[in-house]
Amino acid sequence: MFEYEKYIRKNKFPLVWCSGCGDGIVLKALLRAIDSIGLEKENVCMVSGIGCSSRLTGYVDCNTLHTTHGRAITFATGIKMAKPELNVIVITGDGDATAIGGNHYIHAARRNIDLTVIIFNNFIYGMTGGQVSPTTPVGMLASTAPFGNMENTFNISGLAQAAGASFVARGTVYHTVMLEKLIKKAILKNGFSVVEVLSPCPTAFGRRNKSGTIIDMMNEQKDNCVTSARAERMSERELEGKTVIGELVNIDRPECSKQYRKLIERCRSGL
Amino acid sequence: MNVIRVMTGNEACAEGALAAGLSFFAGYPITPSSEIAEELAELLPCAEGVFIQMEDELASIGAVIGASLTGAKAMTATSGPGFSLMQENIGYAIMAEVPCVIVNVMRGGPSTGLPTLPSQGDVMQARWGTHGDHQIIALAPYSVIEIFDLTIRAFNLAEKYRTPVILLLDEILAHVSEKVVLSDTAVRVIIDRIIPQEAPEAYLPYRYTQNLIPPMAPFGSGYRYHVTGLAHDETGFPTNDPVEIEKLLFRLQDKIIRNRDDIVQVEEFLLEDAEIGIISYGSSARSCRHAIRQLRAQGVRVGMLRLITIWPFANVKVEKWTKNIGKWYVVEMNMGQIAREVEAAAHGDATIFGIRQINGEPINPEFICQKIKDGLNV
Repeated sequence: MFEYEKYIRKNKFPLVWCSGCGDGIVLKALLRAIDSIGLEKENVCMVSGIGCSSRLTGYVDCNTLHTTHGRAITFATGIKMAKPELNVIVITGDGDATAIGGNHYIHAARRNIDLTVIIFNNFIYGMTGGQVSPTTPVGMLASTAPFGNMENTFNISGLAQAAGASFVARGTVYHTVMLEKLIKKAILKNGFSVVEVLSPCPTAFGRRNKSGTIIDMMNEQKDNCVTSARAERMSERELEGKTVIGELVNIDRPECSKQYRKLIERCRSGL
Repeated sequence: MNVIRVMTGNEACAEGALAAGLSFFAGYPITPSSEIAEELAELLPCAEGVFIQMEDELASIGAVIGASLTGAKAMTATSGPGFSLMQENIGYAIMAEVPCVIVNVMRGGPSTGLPTLPSQGDVMQARWGTHGDHQIIALAPYSVIEIFDLTIRAFNLAEKYRTPVILLLDEILAHVSEKVVLSDTAVRVIIDRIIPQEAPEAYLPYRYTQNLIPPMAPFGSGYRYHVTGLAHDETGFPTNDPVEIEKLLFRLQDKIIRNRDDIVQVEEFLLEDAEIGIISYGSSARSCRHAIRQLRAQGVRVGMLRLITIWPFANVKVEKWTKNIGKWYVVEMNMGQIAREVEAAAHGDATIFGIRQINGEPINPEFICQKIKDGLNV
């Protein structure tokens, strides 16, 4: 039996998230992943930006840092470079990571610094009341897209892959067992690792777009997602309108903080 | 043993930082500050420290704050446009009380302005660049050796008061080469932040201690706590309680204001018998020194109150001297940013004139002499 209480700051409950929000499910999967790896809480550092998902850091009993909007990855980079022995996990959202923080996101991937970035993609700015985000699907309504979103969207996982991340995966809050496994793999991976989690927002997205209840929204995840293993055997036409989940990238590249330690060694030996 | 060297201001800044115990630098190239980064890119790995060039200035200050939270002495260096980009996170470092040093080598502005030419136009940006009510410490050296010494002092003040400290250089100081005599390392005072003595269970990261500066545990040392830019209580967690909010904001103010005497430094140069006073800082003060010697040779008794600490402002000294001397010139490469502070501190006791130049040229001593002599004939 998994003891959540070992990892949470119980006196900070109840959670700030709305009922039906997927973010609590991600928190659970994250804690289970940490527990299954056996990480010491002292050696885990969670860094978040601004937004609904970023409030997660307040609930986890480890070294937690709630930063400014879009900049979580930069603070995390400083922590990892200065103290590489810490397991640094970044908690962020679609707006935080790919709009205001998009530059840091691609550069951290390029650098291949050993951070685990969990991106809660709810396709909307939830905390500020439902404004359009870089992942709001075309045609969907948002408070700042009252006639439907006209702009193309970012593919969060594709962006990380193109920029050079070592590990990229996409999960959902419906597929919880898979989510825990993906987060575990991402933490264990030596290099820049991204887990994009599709976490529906019934309040700011679902209500405006008549997506039904959270059960309906999660059932849609169930019906609409195919695993990356299955997707490999499907044609482009069959994949149309589907969301591919599971492991998307898993490659080995030199990691930034380790490369820097090697440089220090080189300087020490006078080479 | 003293060491004699010839170096530029930017080199002195890099070396001063290392002497202070710098172990982390993150920055982004910008004229006229880039040599600080270049110097540290070479020196830091050999000192087992970290140098990283980030993707922009927002990232640079973010990485600096992150590194400082692990216990590192951390710094970034930039110029006007980059300094503007850093403002939000400077406010974060104030609110979360994270020691760090931000070097701003001032160049002409606004906007891209004059990348290779000097200015002192960022004095007010240093004071009020980040939003909200806050206190800030800013230092303004006026020679290469003083850059070395004040870089060490910037780290000492940052560590002592758990706050970002801004070091204001300008293009002239950054690039001028001077002979410097570096003091014996044994006599240098190096201050490190206070770390908690209590057990982790008893640790309150933002405790109201008597000196108003809570001990700071580095991340990864067994003290698990929360850091946020939101208003927070002693536990470090966000609060909307008006009593707690007020307590925090007044403590952040008072920890600087109550220690003004420790933080504020001025140089009183030939003021005792002066009939005319000059207030200046940074490279402009170098020209003033020269002008004062010339004027005195011609029988005009001029002296200078040189601001070494710009913020918090040297109100007490300015008040005192403007009572004694009735006529003052504030010499600065901007449109009167410090002159207004002087007027406020003088309470009408003295007449304040500005000697200003914002055309990218340094204010030369002859210009100052002429202005002051013109004033004698009026």
